[in-house]
Amino acid sequence: MRSPISTAFAIGIGLIILAGYFLPIPLLGSLQSTLLGWAIVIAAFAGLVGIINLALNHWRKATSTTQSDPYSYIFILAFLATLAAGLWFGPADPLIQQVVLSIQIPVESSLMAALAITLVVAGLRLLQRRRWDGMAVLFAISVVVFLIIGSGLLAGINLPLARDITAFIDRLPAAGARGILIGVALGSLTTGLRILMGADRPYSG
Amino acid sequence: MDQIIGLGVVAFSLIALIILSLPRYNRSSHLLRPIPAFQRLHRAISLAVEDGKRLHVSLGKSSLLEPTNPSALVGLSTLERIAQLSIVSDRPPIATSGDGALSILSQDTLRAAYRTGNALEQYDPDRGRLTGPTPFSYIAGALPVFRQEQVSSHILIGNFGPEVGLLTQAADQQRAFTLAASDSLPAQAVLYAAAQEVLIGEELFAIPAYLNAGSAHIASLRIQDILRWGLIAVLVIGAILKIVGISIL
Repeated sequence: MRSPISTAFAIGIGLIILAGYFLPIPLLGSLQSTLLGWAIVIAAFAGLVGIINLALNHWRKATSTTQSDPYSYIFILAFLATLAAGLWFGPADPLIQQVVLSIQIPVESSLMAALAITLVVAGLRLLQRRRWDGMAVLFAISVVVFLIIGSGLLAGINLPLARDITAFIDRLPAAGARGILIGVALGSLTTGLRILMGADRPYSG
Repeated sequence: MDQIIGLGVVAFSLIALIILSLPRYNRSSHLLRPIPAFQRLHRAISLAVEDGKRLHVSLGKSSLLEPTNPSALVGLSTLERIAQLSIVSDRPPIATSGDGALSILSQDTLRAAYRTGNALEQYDPDRGRLTGPTPFSYIAGALPVFRQEQVSSHILIGNFGPEVGLLTQAADQQRAFTLAASDSLPAQAVLYAAAQEVLIGEELFAIPAYLNAGSAHIASLRIQDILRWGLIAVLVIGAILKIVGISIL
């Protein structure tokens, strides 16, 4: 068995947190909030370690003789400038926030625009590349139906039952989404339980 | 009342998981229905090893403190199994993530895989990377991996936003294989249109089982089926009772 001590710690702490949700015992509640507080501090520190790791990785790429990447120089310069300004003025300083957001928001907006075009192209190519099984046919039909309903073309039609049928079809995506989410929730439950019983150990390298 | 029901479901699932993980109840893997995406994934792993290309596992941007973390944990199980399967490859797999803790766990997972395979000298912590702490910076940081690391297959497993479409587009441009699964509904919608192979809903949690990651994974699929049928029965009975005018809750 690999890393029995960390496995025992993980299982024990997991059981305390889980019990804190279900059992109304004050001691469990306070233990739960203390442990979750520690987890937040550790996660924040892990974020710092991850960012240092990212910077070191770019440093290695920038100084590599075989695979030198000019973008890594830009990353390191921007990283050091942001770090220095953040340490000097403080991260809550309005000027720092304005400078960072003035760079971040246009870049992210550009990526969003690229994403919009990518999605349009992917949508057009979807029917070419998918195998024509039952799901693909159903998907194609539902795309057409929801485009017609969403465009409001049927809004002026006053046929008997038409409004009820449209409202029913309108509710179908929400029902489907709930079905998917229930499946995801059940999968999340069993994943958590595998960690609790020590069958999955992503922490014991 | 809610707490008692919740405790009951968790206790039942835990006991069932322990029992169904025992070798006596978990002898065959033919219980799994064939999913073409997994057959192609096995093929892609074999081809990557043969061609000396790299596999890329993208773990998403989920924080371990958020309710979306099970998808990241499934991604880590998958990463470990893929690292084990490709241990003889000249180019070890690479993992990217959008959260600091997840990147550390990905390094730890790779280390565990190589240690289990007695090939610890192959372990390189640089292969488990944080590429950016925000959704778009994560995607922007992961894109160079698609261009520079000679990757032949991308496995995207975890919590993504719609921006994951940029990753699948980059994979398409490199003519690489893509298998994608996410717990997020917007990402699933985008991936259905943009990825070569996509897993919808709870199929995400079946990936380690299909990669033969262990008996507990197959047992959890069976428990998910049991719970799903139980839930369907409760919903149908509840609807019938409501129609006849009986309200339980």
